[in-house]
Amino acid sequence: MQPSDNDNPGWADRPEVQQRIRYLLYFICGLLVVIDLLVNRHTYLPVEEIPAFYAFYGFAALVGVVMLAKALRNLVGRSEDYYQKDDDHAA
Amino acid sequence: MLPDFHPFLPFLIAAILAAFTKGHLRSAIMLLAPVIGGLHLLGLETGTVVEYQLMELTLIPYRVDALSLLFGYIFHIGAFIAVLYSIHLKDTLQHVTGLLYAGSAVGAVFAGDLFTLFVFWEILGLSSAFLIWAARDERSVAIGIRYLVFQILSGVLLMAGALWFWLETGSLEFGEIGLGVSGGLLIFFAFGIKCGFPFLHNWITDGYPAATATGTVFLCCFTTKVAVYAMARGFPGTEALIYIGAFMACYPIFFAVIENDLRKVLAYSMINQLGFMVCGIGIGTALALNGAVAHAFNDVLFKGLLFMSMGAVLYVTGRTKASELGGLYKKMPITATLCIVGAITISAFPLVSAFISKSMVMSALIEEGHGIVWMFMLFASAGVLEHAGIKIPYFAFFAHDQNIPAREAPRNMLAAMSIAAVLCVAIGVFPAMLYSILPYDADYHAYDMTHVLTQLQLLAFAILGVVFLHRSGRYPAEVPSVNLDAEWVYRRLFPRIYHTLVRALAAVGSFLRRPLDRWSLGLMMGLTRTHGPQGTLARTWPTGSMVLWVAVLLLVYLLLDFL
Repeated sequence: MQPSDNDNPGWADRPEVQQRIRYLLYFICGLLVVIDLLVNRHTYLPVEEIPAFYAFYGFAALVGVVMLAKALRNLVGRSEDYYQKDDDHAA
Repeated sequence: MLPDFHPFLPFLIAAILAAFTKGHLRSAIMLLAPVIGGLHLLGLETGTVVEYQLMELTLIPYRVDALSLLFGYIFHIGAFIAVLYSIHLKDTLQHVTGLLYAGSAVGAVFAGDLFTLFVFWEILGLSSAFLIWAARDERSVAIGIRYLVFQILSGVLLMAGALWFWLETGSLEFGEIGLGVSGGLLIFFAFGIKCGFPFLHNWITDGYPAATATGTVFLCCFTTKVAVYAMARGFPGTEALIYIGAFMACYPIFFAVIENDLRKVLAYSMINQLGFMVCGIGIGTALALNGAVAHAFNDVLFKGLLFMSMGAVLYVTGRTKASELGGLYKKMPITATLCIVGAITISAFPLVSAFISKSMVMSALIEEGHGIVWMFMLFASAGVLEHAGIKIPYFAFFAHDQNIPAREAPRNMLAAMSIAAVLCVAIGVFPAMLYSILPYDADYHAYDMTHVLTQLQLLAFAILGVVFLHRSGRYPAEVPSVNLDAEWVYRRLFPRIYHTLVRALAAVGSFLRRPLDRWSLGLMMGLTRTHGPQGTLARTWPTGSMVLWVAVLLLVYLLLDFL
């Protein structure tokens, strides 16, 4: 992490570090589901009673957001000078 | 204890002094203003009211209650952080307008009547526009004007609404207004524009990314939070706000995912967070209102922290686009760490500030039976994690190393970011610090097992979603682009309609002119024939014919005389 150290890959670029972070995440996710099945959490809505509801919802929401956003990009994405071209035209 | 004065005063005096001083003296004056103001606030008693009678009007330029105090505190903290962050600049324009801007926000929350509120509302709009113009490039001039148009529109609505309200009720006092009263709707939209209501939000996504690196930090602290304050005081429990808030929380996350300019991502993210506050105000219970204003309080810190970290990146590298950034964690490790603290906070992990405030709004939604809205807000919570929690730090500091020449941010910037980061964590760990100053009476405990577990599940599996998308190659790449938003209507559609209209009118004009031209030409030629130099009527008459006619005339007289 020296400021002048440009050529050496930093710690976060090393595949084994990335892999370790991923494994840690998988472990935490697994643990959270196990805890969810063991403890009796309060529920207010019927939908919350689905085991690990929040886990499913979090995953699905995120994938849904990104997929919908990709579709949105096709609809609203334009070249960077889109409005400049218009300004020139107007001028 | 300090003698009592209007809380706007320290900022006004500092702004005037800053205009005529420079160097360390100016820095000291600027840092002292929020400190003196803040110490003054600590000694204030709720219930202080200063009234003036102006003819038939009762003006209350200064009123202290628990709600205004909460916002007063956070504005002083925000002002101190923003001033510290920008203290290295040698730009008098930014320093003076920054102080005036912060001061007018403070003035607005202590305004007890709609007229005083309007005055500070206008200073707020005008002074903040200079923070955009201070970028001093061609682009910022146009953007600053567009930004100001929204601010002025909001001001005009507020003034019109306030006058109408005054005519009907005979009072200008700023309390609960509601939509039922005359002028209520106008005031509602005046506040709504500055809250970033859907389709009225473009001044945020247009203006904030265009301001200077330090200016955006000021901008993100004040205008929208003053609006949230005003909305909470004027329109608590207005049901429409629940749905407006839910919409505000949801739609910007899609734009944030595909936006390339990281400061614009944060601007969209800000609207998303404002959605939670607006929704809480709409629910209107003590718990929900506490949640809304507590979230506004926290948002100043965590959104400020994120804007500061992106400002530092902009200041050091001159770039804010995700497609041009990456790998900066090696050269800016402290900024990167502080940015990650901000990212964790806005994602509302347990033990940071957003967790203890956002969960109040979420709990209130369930308590009041808004299950569907709650599902949408939960969806929005997962979306926040994607764009603000992961995208911002990942693309700026990690991703592909672009080998950008960079160094760590200046020390004053790091200090400002550190204060915000420490507060984000401190409020999360010791929520009682914030809960004890909340204005409404509601008992709430953020840390119970269910809350912590469910929130961790939501966030951990959302991260898992990101990993899944990344590893399967489905995650969208950052590409330089402009994404059309509601602003397209006035930046493209209206000009296009205007130009089409002008062209159409010109065509109709020339079509109508053709017969007219022909007719007028004929008329002219006819007139020339008779009246022209060679025309019959213009011919010079010989003297002889005149004598003849005189003779005829005399003859007629003679005949008449005989008759």
